[in-house]
Amino acid sequence: MKYAVTDEGYYGNFGGAYIPEMLYPNVEELRERYLDIIGQSSFQEEFNKLLKDFVGRPTPLFLANRLSEKYKASIYLKREDLCHTGAHKVNNTIGQILVAKALGKSKIIAETGAGQHGVATATVCALMGMDCIVYMGKHDMERQKPNVERMRILGAKVVPALSGSMTLKDATNEAMRHWINNPTDTHYIIGSVVGPHPYPDMVARFQSVISQEIKAQLIQEIGNPYPDYVIACVGGGSNAAGAFYHFINEEQVTLIGAEAAGKGVDSGESAATTVLGKPGVLHGSKTLLMQTADGQVIEPYSISAGLDYPGIGPMHAHLFETGRAQFMSITDEEAMLAGIELSRLEGIIPAIETAHALAVLDKMEFDKDDVVVINLSGRGDKDLDTYIKWGKY
Amino acid sequence: MENRLKTLFKKKSKNVLSIFYTAGFPTHKDTVAIAQYLEAAGADLIEIGIPFSDPVADGPTIQASNKVALDGGMTLPILLAQVKEIRKQVKLPIVLMGYLNPVIQYGVERFIKEAKAAGADGLILPDLPLVEFQTHYQSLMQAEDLCMSFLISPTTSEERIYKIDAASTGFVYAVSASSTTGAKGDFQPEQLAYFEKLSKLNMQNQHLIGFGIHDHQTFSKACEYGAGAIVGSAFISMLEKSNDLEKDIHLFVTRLKKGN
Repeated sequence: MKYAVTDEGYYGNFGGAYIPEMLYPNVEELRERYLDIIGQSSFQEEFNKLLKDFVGRPTPLFLANRLSEKYKASIYLKREDLCHTGAHKVNNTIGQILVAKALGKSKIIAETGAGQHGVATATVCALMGMDCIVYMGKHDMERQKPNVERMRILGAKVVPALSGSMTLKDATNEAMRHWINNPTDTHYIIGSVVGPHPYPDMVARFQSVISQEIKAQLIQEIGNPYPDYVIACVGGGSNAAGAFYHFINEEQVTLIGAEAAGKGVDSGESAATTVLGKPGVLHGSKTLLMQTADGQVIEPYSISAGLDYPGIGPMHAHLFETGRAQFMSITDEEAMLAGIELSRLEGIIPAIETAHALAVLDKMEFDKDDVVVINLSGRGDKDLDTYIKWGKY
Repeated sequence: MENRLKTLFKKKSKNVLSIFYTAGFPTHKDTVAIAQYLEAAGADLIEIGIPFSDPVADGPTIQASNKVALDGGMTLPILLAQVKEIRKQVKLPIVLMGYLNPVIQYGVERFIKEAKAAGADGLILPDLPLVEFQTHYQSLMQAEDLCMSFLISPTTSEERIYKIDAASTGFVYAVSASSTTGAKGDFQPEQLAYFEKLSKLNMQNQHLIGFGIHDHQTFSKACEYGAGAIVGSAFISMLEKSNDLEKDIHLFVTRLKKGN
C-alpha cells in the first residue's frame, strides 16, 4: 500500500494539514471522525441507495467501437457524464452531505470553478434541506452563467469571489474565510482531492465508486478486472482519483492523467501543474503548485474552467513523483478537437475538461489487444458557449 | 544580547501595544520609515507581514495591502534587507509574520537564520503545523534564540492551548474571535468570557489578543485580560488614507493608548 495516505495525511512528500489555528478544530473533528462515519453500515446503505436511485449509478461502461477502430485498441468510456447533474462531482457531494449530517452541521459552503461542483452541492443541499452558499469567482460567474442560475434555481446563494483573478483559487480562499468566520454550524464541502487532510482522502474514497464499478464491469466485458490503461483529466484531480483508486496498487495498469496545457506549457497561459509546478503549500496541503520563485501563486489558464487551478491533489503529486502515473499536457486546441471527434464518432459531446483526457488517445501507440478505459467525467452541455466560440466544427 | 521580545515581556506584562503592518505597503519604501515612526510614537512591538498572494486568514483590508505590496515588487529578500535597515535605528522587538509558502520557497532554515541575522526577534507562521515545527525547526530556532508565537482561537481546546503554549516562546497570539482579520465593533459577551478564561489559564507565556482590536476601547478592554493587544487592519486602513505617515502614525498610536 505504498500509495495510500498515512495517518497524518501524507502521500509521500505531499499532503498534510497546513491550516491556521482558526480552522484546526473543524478539520481535526473531521479527521477524527470521517472514517468511523463512512464505515458505518447505515451510512453505506444511505450513500449507496442515493448513488443508485438519485444519481443513477452504476454508470455504464461503454465500448466505443468507432473510437476503438480509429485508435486500434479496445476503448471503453466510463459514463460519468450520465450522472445526475452531468458529471462525477455529485458522487462526492452526496457523501459529504451525509458526513455533514452525521457531524450535526446545518449549513453547507462550497467553492466552484466551472460550476459543476457548485451545482452538485446545491443539488444535495436541496435534497437534504440544508442551507447552501457557493463561492464562485466573479470571472467564472460570467463565463458559466447557466450554472450560476442552476444553483440559484436549486435554492443556493451564489457569492462572487472578488479577490485575485476572480476564479477557482479565489473562490476557495473565500470559502475558507467563510469557514473561519462560521466554525460551528457549517461544513465545507470541498469539490476535489485538494485541501487539508482528510479532504483528499475522503473525496477520493467517495469517488472510488468509479473504479470499483469499472472493475466489476470489465469482468463482465472481458473476464478480467484490469485494463491496460486508465486515462482521466486532472485539474484538482477528483475524477482521476476515483478512476485510479482501485488500480493504484496494480502496477500492470498504466495510469495517465491529462493536464491542461492551455495555450502551451511554455506560453505563460497554462495549468499544467506537473510540468510547471514546484512543491508548495496552498489551501491546506503541500503539493505541486504553480508559483513564482518567491512563492507567490501563479494564476493558471485553461479554456476549461474546471482545470483552471494552480495545484493538483497531493495524491496525484505523489503518483507523479513516484512515476506510478504518467501526466500528459493537452492544449486547448487538442482538447477541443478531441471533443468534436467524440461527438462525431460516438454521439457524445463531452465536457471540455473530459476532452483533455480524450486527446491523450492521439498521443499513444496502443497494441491492438490493449484495453483502455477513459473516464468520461462530464457532459458538454455546460460548455456549448465555448464550443460555439471556438467554432471549428 | 538577549532576545528583545523576551526582554520586553520581562519588563512589561500589561498594556503591550503591538502593531502589525504589511511589508511594502503603502509603498515599497515605507517599510523602514513606518517602523521608525512606530517606535517614536510609543508602540512596544512591531509585527511585519510578509505579503502573500492567497492570505486565507485575512479580511479585505489586509488582503488588499498584500496585493498592493506584491504589485509594488515586495519580496522576502527585500524585506530581510529592510529589517536590517530598520535595526540600525529601531530598538523595538520585531516579529516577522507570514504564510508558509513564501518561506518554504526561500528555505525555512535559511529564513530562520537570516531573519535572526537581520535583527528579527520572533516569527509567526500561522499555517505551519505544530508537529512540523517541533520535528524540524524548534531546535534551530532555540539555537538562534528566535521566538516562535503560535495562534490560539476561541475554538481551541484547553488541552491544545497548553500544547501550543509549551511550543511558543515570546508570547502566545490569542485570536479574539472566530473570524478573519479586520472585524469591527465592540467585543461580544462570549469574547469577554473567552478572554476571562484565557487570563485564568496557567500559561507559561504572556498572551497578546489580536483580530478586531481597532480603537482605544477595544485595545484597553483587551489589555484588561491579556498582556496587551495587536492592531493590524485598523492601522493599515489608516496608512492607506494618510498623506503624512509620521504625523498620522503618532496620532493613531496616541489615540489607541489614551483615547481622544
